[in-house]
Amino acid sequence: MDAILLQILNGLDKGSAYALIALGLTLIFGTLGVVNFAHGALFMIGAFCAVTIQRLLNLSHEVIDETQTDFLGNPLKVKVPYLQDWFGESMGSALQDWSVPLAILFAIPVMLVVGYVMERGLIKHFYKRPHADQILVTFGLAIVLQEIVKFYYGANPIQTPAPEALSGVAQVLPGVVYPVWRIVYFCFAAAIIAGVFAFLQFTTFGMVVRAGMADRETVGLLGIDIDKRFTFMFGLAAAVAGLAGVMYGPINAPNYHMGMDFLVLSFVVVVVGGMGSLPGAVLAGFLLGILESFASTTWATTTLPGINQIIIYLVAIIILLTRPRGLMGRKGVMED
Amino acid sequence: MLGLNKKDTNLLLVVLALTMLAPFILNPFPTGSAMAQFNAGYPDLMQRFVIFGIFAIGFNILFGLTGYLSFGHAAFLGVGSYSAVWMFKLLSMNILPAIILSVIIAGLFALFIGYISLRRSGIYFSILTLAFAQMSFALAYSVLTPITNGETGLQITLSDPRILGSSAMPDGSIPVTNLFGLEMRAAWDMAVGPWTFTFSAGYYFCAVILILAFYLAIRIFRSPFGMMLRAIKSNQTRMNYTGLNPKPYTLAAFVISGMYAGLAGGLMAAMDPLAGAERMQWTASGEVVLMTILGGAGTLIGPVLGAGMIKYFENILSKINETVLHGWFAFLPDGLEDFMVSIVYPFVGKGWHLTLGILFMLVVIFLPGGLVEGGQRIGRLFRRRGAKASGAEAEAAKQQPGE
Repeated sequence: MDAILLQILNGLDKGSAYALIALGLTLIFGTLGVVNFAHGALFMIGAFCAVTIQRLLNLSHEVIDETQTDFLGNPLKVKVPYLQDWFGESMGSALQDWSVPLAILFAIPVMLVVGYVMERGLIKHFYKRPHADQILVTFGLAIVLQEIVKFYYGANPIQTPAPEALSGVAQVLPGVVYPVWRIVYFCFAAAIIAGVFAFLQFTTFGMVVRAGMADRETVGLLGIDIDKRFTFMFGLAAAVAGLAGVMYGPINAPNYHMGMDFLVLSFVVVVVGGMGSLPGAVLAGFLLGILESFASTTWATTTLPGINQIIIYLVAIIILLTRPRGLMGRKGVMED
Repeated sequence: MLGLNKKDTNLLLVVLALTMLAPFILNPFPTGSAMAQFNAGYPDLMQRFVIFGIFAIGFNILFGLTGYLSFGHAAFLGVGSYSAVWMFKLLSMNILPAIILSVIIAGLFALFIGYISLRRSGIYFSILTLAFAQMSFALAYSVLTPITNGETGLQITLSDPRILGSSAMPDGSIPVTNLFGLEMRAAWDMAVGPWTFTFSAGYYFCAVILILAFYLAIRIFRSPFGMMLRAIKSNQTRMNYTGLNPKPYTLAAFVISGMYAGLAGGLMAAMDPLAGAERMQWTASGEVVLMTILGGAGTLIGPVLGAGMIKYFENILSKINETVLHGWFAFLPDGLEDFMVSIVYPFVGKGWHLTLGILFMLVVIFLPGGLVEGGQRIGRLFRRRGAKASGAEAEAAKQQPGE
C-alpha cells in the first residue's frame, strides 16, 4: 500500500510539470489555434529565470578578512555578496537561499513579455498559414532560443537548489518519506492550475476569452477586440510554462535542452488529453506522470523490460488510434 | 533522354556534373591559404553531403509531394544503419548486401509504422510518427541492447563470424568495407599547383547512388503516381469524393521515403561501419525536416541543396573559433576588432545552430518555397530587367513556382 502511494506521489511531481506545460500548450491551441513547438523553450526560459536570479543574488565583492589567514600568514580575501552588505548577514543569506521562490516574482513579468513579443512579432503572422508552417517556424524559434541560452549560460546543467527549509524530506504517512520540494512543486502546480481555471471561469475577461474560443467571429462582431485578449492569453500560457520551469529547477538542474526534452512529452500529453481541452491536459498530465512512475517500478521493468521508457508513447499511440480527440477533447478538433 | 523531358534531363545533368566534379567545386581555395578552412572537398564531408541528400530526397517524397509532415524519419535511418552493420558482422564486408538489406528492413519497418500512422493526418500524424521514433530510440537505447549494443553503439569487431569474408585481415586488423575488393576508404590525391583534390572511392559510390536516387525521384514526381500524391496534398476530401482511396498512395509514398532513409542509413554505415541510437532521436528527424524546408519542399533539387548547405555549415562554421575571427578582423582598430568579434562569435563555432535556426525561421517566414524559390525570384528579377519590351513578364508569371 505504501509502495503504491509512493509511486503515485512520484508520478505527481513529473505529472505536475507535464500538466503545466500541456495546460499552456492547450491554452494557446484553444485560443489561437496555433501549434506551438517553442513551448518547451518557454519552460526552459522560466528555469533560466531562476538561474539568473540566483546569480544576481550571489553577486559579490572581495573583502580582506583579517581573521582568516593562509599558510604564509597573509590575510585571505573572501567574497561577500552585496546583499549581505545591504541587508545584514542573516537577511542577506536568507534572500540568497530563497532565490528560486523569489525568481517567480521575476519570471512572471519576463514570461508575459516574452509571450507578448512572441505572439505579436511572429505567431500573429501564422494564423492563416497551415499547421505544418506553424510547427516549423516555432520549431525554428525553439532552436534559436535554446542556442541563445546555451551561449550565455553554457551547456552544463546549473544547480538551483531549493531553500534550506524546503529541501529535506518529510514524513507524508507513517513509513513514507518524500522530498519536501516535490510536494511544494505539486502544490504550486495545483495552485496555478486552479488559478488559471478560476481566471477563465469567474472573470469577465475569462468569459470573453471562453466565448472567443468557442466562436471567435461572433465575439468579434459584438465589438470586442478579441485579438488583444488572445495575445494576453498567449502571454499567460507562456507564464504558466515559465513558472513550471522556475520551480522545476531544484528537481532537475536546468540545462539548455530541457525544453526539447519536455516538448515531445507535453505534446503527447496534450494529444492524450484532447487538443484544446484544458481539463483534459491537466488530467492527462497527471495520469501519464503517475503511469510513468508505476512503469518505472522494478516489478514493471522486470516483467516488461524497457516499459518505463516507452509507456507514454505507447499510451499516446493507442489513444491516437482509438480515440483521436483524446480523453476530453471536443469532437472534430483537427480530426480530418 | 531516359524518359525525361528536356528540363528534367538538364536538371539531372546538373546534378550529375555537381556530384562528379564535387572534389573540384568544393575545393576552390589553395590548400595552404588562409581560406582553406572553407574547403569542403574532403571525402568525409562530401560523403555526408550526398548521404543526407539521399535522405532529404526521400523525405521530400513524403512531405514535399504528399504533404505529410513526419517527425520520425530518423528511425528509418537508424534501422538502416543497424541492419547494414549486422550484415557486415555476419556476412561480409562487401557493402552491396548490406545496403540492400538496410533498404529492405527500413522498407518493412516503414510499412509497419506507416500503416498505423497514416490512419491520422495533419498534426496527429506528426505526433504519431514522433512517438514511434522516440519509442524506437528508447528501445534501441535500452531493451534491444543484444541487437543494438545500447548506448555504446553497434560496431564491427575481430570476433564477428563474417561467413563470406574473413573475420580479420592477415595482419590482424579489422577488415574495411569494400565493393568487391575496392576499399571504400581508398582515396587518391591529385596535386595541381597549390591545390590538392581528393578523389575517394566511397564518395563516388555514394554519388552514383545519389544520381540513381535522384533519377528515381524525378520519375516518381512525373509519374501518374506522383500526380496522385500531389492531389492528396492539395485536397484530400475532394479526392475522396471522386471515389479514389488515398490510403494506398500515401502508404506507398511513406514506404518509399522510408526506404530512401534506410538507404542513407546503410550508406552511412558502409562508409563508417558503426551505428548508434542517437541517429534515431527526434532531433535527428528534425534535421532532415530543416534540410528539406531550407532547400525547398516539393522541388526536386531543393532537398539536396538544403542537405548540402546544412552539412556545409555544420562542418565549416563550427570550425571557426575566436582566434580565426580575430585573424579576420585584424585589419580593424583594436576596439572595433573586439566589437566585431563579439558580434559574430555567437553565430559561428559552437553557436552555428543559432545561425541555422535563424536562417530556417527566415526561410519559413519569407520564403516558403525555400532556397529554390529564392533563386527563382532572383532569376525572375534579372529576366524582367533584361527583356522588358518582349513579353518576358508574362512568361515569368506563367512559370510554375517550386518546380
